[in-house]
Amino acid sequence: MASRETIRVGAGAGTSDDRMLPALELAERGDIDYLVFECLAERTVSRENLARKHDPNLGYAPSLHARLRMVLPACIEKRIRIVSNMGAANPLGGARAARKEAADLGLGDVPVAVVLGDDVTSIMKHQSGLTLLENGEPLESILPKMISANAYLGADVVREALGTGAPIVLSGRVADPSLFLAPMLHEFGWAADDLPKVAQGTAAGHLLECTASVTGGCFGWPGKKHVPDLARNGYPFAEVKADGSIVIGKTPGSGGRLDVMTCTEQLIYEIHDPTAYITPDCVLDITGISLTEEGADRVRVRGAQARPATHTYKVNVGYADGYIGEGEVSYGGIGAVARAKWAAEIVKERLKLQGFVYDDFRVDLIGMSSLHDRLEVRPEPYEVRLRIAGRTHERKAAHAIGFEVRAMHMHGPGGAGGACEPRVRDVLAVKSVLLPKKLVNAQVVVEGSL
Amino acid sequence: MSVRVYDIAHARAGDKGNTSNISVICYNEQHWDFVARELTPERVMDAFQHIAKGPVKRYPLRNLKAFNFVIENALGGGVTVSLAQDIHGKSLSNVMLAIELPDP
Repeated sequence: MASRETIRVGAGAGTSDDRMLPALELAERGDIDYLVFECLAERTVSRENLARKHDPNLGYAPSLHARLRMVLPACIEKRIRIVSNMGAANPLGGARAARKEAADLGLGDVPVAVVLGDDVTSIMKHQSGLTLLENGEPLESILPKMISANAYLGADVVREALGTGAPIVLSGRVADPSLFLAPMLHEFGWAADDLPKVAQGTAAGHLLECTASVTGGCFGWPGKKHVPDLARNGYPFAEVKADGSIVIGKTPGSGGRLDVMTCTEQLIYEIHDPTAYITPDCVLDITGISLTEEGADRVRVRGAQARPATHTYKVNVGYADGYIGEGEVSYGGIGAVARAKWAAEIVKERLKLQGFVYDDFRVDLIGMSSLHDRLEVRPEPYEVRLRIAGRTHERKAAHAIGFEVRAMHMHGPGGAGGACEPRVRDVLAVKSVLLPKKLVNAQVVVEGSL
Repeated sequence: MSVRVYDIAHARAGDKGNTSNISVICYNEQHWDFVARELTPERVMDAFQHIAKGPVKRYPLRNLKAFNFVIENALGGGVTVSLAQDIHGKSLSNVMLAIELPDP
């Protein structure tokens, strides 16, 4: 491939439930070269692993169909390459689904480069002595309940996949910023240990990985932080030069705002020690970064620094951990709060009478204390919604919560209304370990002919 | 007289496991030293004592007119097991913004 002086890497999704249309607008109007869809939350891979056990063709992100159907015609026509972790627990299955979507759209035989090796479930079984980062206990404490174990792979193997020339690259678990860094490594031939450039690319990836979070989403505040045309906010791209210079921009003509304030909020988002943000590609230091506005909706990123990558991958281990049950019912008018509190006591007593026990149990008065607690100091609202939730290893006990809350219609204090159906959901818990990189076999295979 | 963090800074909360991180970004660079002096980890822990067990660590980001507060044991055991409505703790930035500081 002829090397370009400047490329644009766009963000098409920042979560599995992200909006669809902004990616198409970016592909059509953003003059981008790459479109990255980041679609895996912490527990998504566990959930998709269960889907795959049910049907071996499944296990990739279900939104893959709709997302690709929407953007593939524009991306193939404009030679925009797609990079995504929508392969989830079944990247090969995702690749077959993607190829079928392309064929159904009349786009012919579109090859897909597939990144494999993030699934380390079988390796975990021989590493039971590894320490869980969250509580210091050995991995073996959760091994019997393990559903999935996936290493956060880095940009190196995604770059290898781009090297095949396939228009689409699909992976399972890859660190979010690495998905964006990979096209830069590929296009400009940056060495993995060219730390100033890897740092800049990683910082750009971190700014892009939550799409609208840098273009005015999760930001506005009436009378304080105005965001124009927020219902139509556009998605961002990084304009990258071979020397590592970076400008963040967004779809021309879209709503929202992109400036130093929005970029600063996203830059610090989900970072702990800002001198040591660990990715598979480097240890990023954002404290030297300066952000400057270069015209409307353009922010220059300078001064990212990095130390060499660590010798381990972070591995998320998903495991089944019981059930969460919940129920809600509303009270309004005179004595609404007193009636809601009384109902909560009745529900608790009913659950106790039936002998149910809970690992964790919570009573919220929505409108007063459901977000920030401190019920005792909150003013009483006109109406309040009682919510009760509990975690347990017995499905029946989980269901009973919503059942007893709903029963407040007939058996509780006067004037209860609008109870929801009892809700029960499986708990897919996630803990993590560090696994030596040398034990992981990251590799690329191509589905279809190049 | 006092000011709220809200009056001089903006904030966003993020989650990793059972840890919440909340940025505090000054609108005006001249307030950074004031925030450094007054918005101590102890004061933040005090405001979050009903929600988080702590500890709280504070990291300065002078270039960005900002601080990053990392609050441990803040998310009901973590996103995947929490019974909270707001499992990610996205709304926790508002607890930070409501903290009152002495008038600069």
